Amino acid sequence: MATTMVKENNAGPAQLLGPESASERTLYPYVTGTSVVALKYKDGILMAADMAASYGSTLRYKSVERMKSIGKHSLLGASGEISDFQEILRYLDELILYDNMWDDGNSLGPKEVHSYLTRVMYNRRNKFNPLWNSLVLGGVKNGQKYLGMVSMIGVNFEDNHVATGFGNHLARPILRDEWHENLSFEDGVKLLEKCMRVLLYRDRSAINKLQIAKITEEGVTISQPYALKTFWGFSAFQNPTVGAEGSW
Amino acid sequence: MFRNQYDTDVTTWSPAGRLFQVEYAMEAVKQGSAAIGLRSKTHVVLACVNKANSELSSHQKKIFKVDDHIGVAIAGLTADGRVLSRYMRSECINYSFTYESPLPVGRLVVQLADKAQVCTQRSWKRPYGVGLLVAGLDESGAHLYYNCPSGNYFEYQAFAIGSRSQAAKTYLERRFANFADSSRDDLIKDALIAVRETLQGETLKSSICTVAVVGVGEAFHVLDQDTVQQLIDAFEIVGEPEGPAAEPEPEPEPDAAAEEGTTADQGAAPDQGVAPMDI
Repeated sequence: MATTMVKENNAGPAQLLGPESASERTLYPYVTGTSVVALKYKDGILMAADMAASYGSTLRYKSVERMKSIGKHSLLGASGEISDFQEILRYLDELILYDNMWDDGNSLGPKEVHSYLTRVMYNRRNKFNPLWNSLVLGGVKNGQKYLGMVSMIGVNFEDNHVATGFGNHLARPILRDEWHENLSFEDGVKLLEKCMRVLLYRDRSAINKLQIAKITEEGVTISQPYALKTFWGFSAFQNPTVGAEGSW
Repeated sequence: MFRNQYDTDVTTWSPAGRLFQVEYAMEAVKQGSAAIGLRSKTHVVLACVNKANSELSSHQKKIFKVDDHIGVAIAGLTADGRVLSRYMRSECINYSFTYESPLPVGRLVVQLADKAQVCTQRSWKRPYGVGLLVAGLDESGAHLYYNCPSGNYFEYQAFAIGSRSQAAKTYLERRFANFADSSRDDLIKDALIAVRETLQGETLKSSICTVAVVGVGEAFHVLDQDTVQQLIDAFEIVGEPEGPAAEPEPEPEPDAAAEEGTTADQGAAPDQGVAPMDI
């Protein structure tokens, strides 16, 4: 590849090439994760994401955890470039480390982490070197539930349910109809599974191996990977090309 | 006072292990006019004596709003105080911008203390000659800190700094056990009485003192002169539990607080006779 994804720095090797120096900023994503869907429920936040990382149209990696806990109060899910997600986790690691080092009883809650991420994403976008992710940040602190999203250009907002990528088009309409305040854990999971099933059927980069994470006042739990039940026995799938001249 | 060969540089220790320049800086705080702070579980009150040099001039600003949830009262070199207030405002606003959340008071105080410490360990600097009473509210409750030119900081239930602050401290020491559960109005009354203690017989008027409050649901703000004068008039009247009724508060005041104020007044009234002007 002619382009590199090295973070901009003054002494980069590409600078030595002189006038024809290579670009040192993110131009395209390479290894990407697909949708993340999340909603608020009675005790906190539920978030779901599959474990796939695609390399273009190839489903290259199938055990990628795209949701991680941040500090004591937050859960971060990401779609988009996986290496940029890992970079963001490093930033947040340092942030939480310094927060813990104060050792003073104060801690960064989900709102603060979300705001911090918005600043990072927006500043990178302004330098034309974005972190190619859509992030979902959820958490509970002092009984307050929080769920927000940040895109790669720094657009951020809070809502009762959010989704990234294809999830916006396929999952949000379902959530708009069926989400309500104070969902029980079981109902929340059923609703998320309904959304993930639609995504599994219709999103080419989705695989049938997903995790559901929950965050409450007590903390974060990320489930073991599991598969959704699917049904492919539709009669239209038998001899699908009958009647299509020239097709096979 | 003390003049010796070890006090020229802040970077010179004395044989007794003292940094005289830092101690002289703390002396500057003691020379400034008094500032008092006290806190309950939900409110913090700052009050200070504001005397103008002459009738023609205005008085120096000694209380600064740092953010909606933090304010500071200074004693000592007011110019140093102004500069440090600007630093504090800057830190608060930067934190708010990045995290959309108010900066915890304890963290601001540590940053301020670290800044002061730097000046005690550089040969080309001098310590800040100002003591700061930092009043603030955050998730962990109401806080009052004292930041020293030495770079030390302490948390207090109540404290007084500046000239004749010992009189105020004596009064506060007698009363501080009640402060945690005090109502907002009682806290302000105690602050005004403490200020009066430092005046040594001079009449307490709103023209020579400034009062500021921060509390749950109440952003940090300086009370205007009329309100302060009304509060002074309210408690100067010995034995009259008219306190809450005489205060047309611009801020919304729940009825429960008014009742609390009345009973506390009746408790305070007998105290008025005992409260000493015996400095």
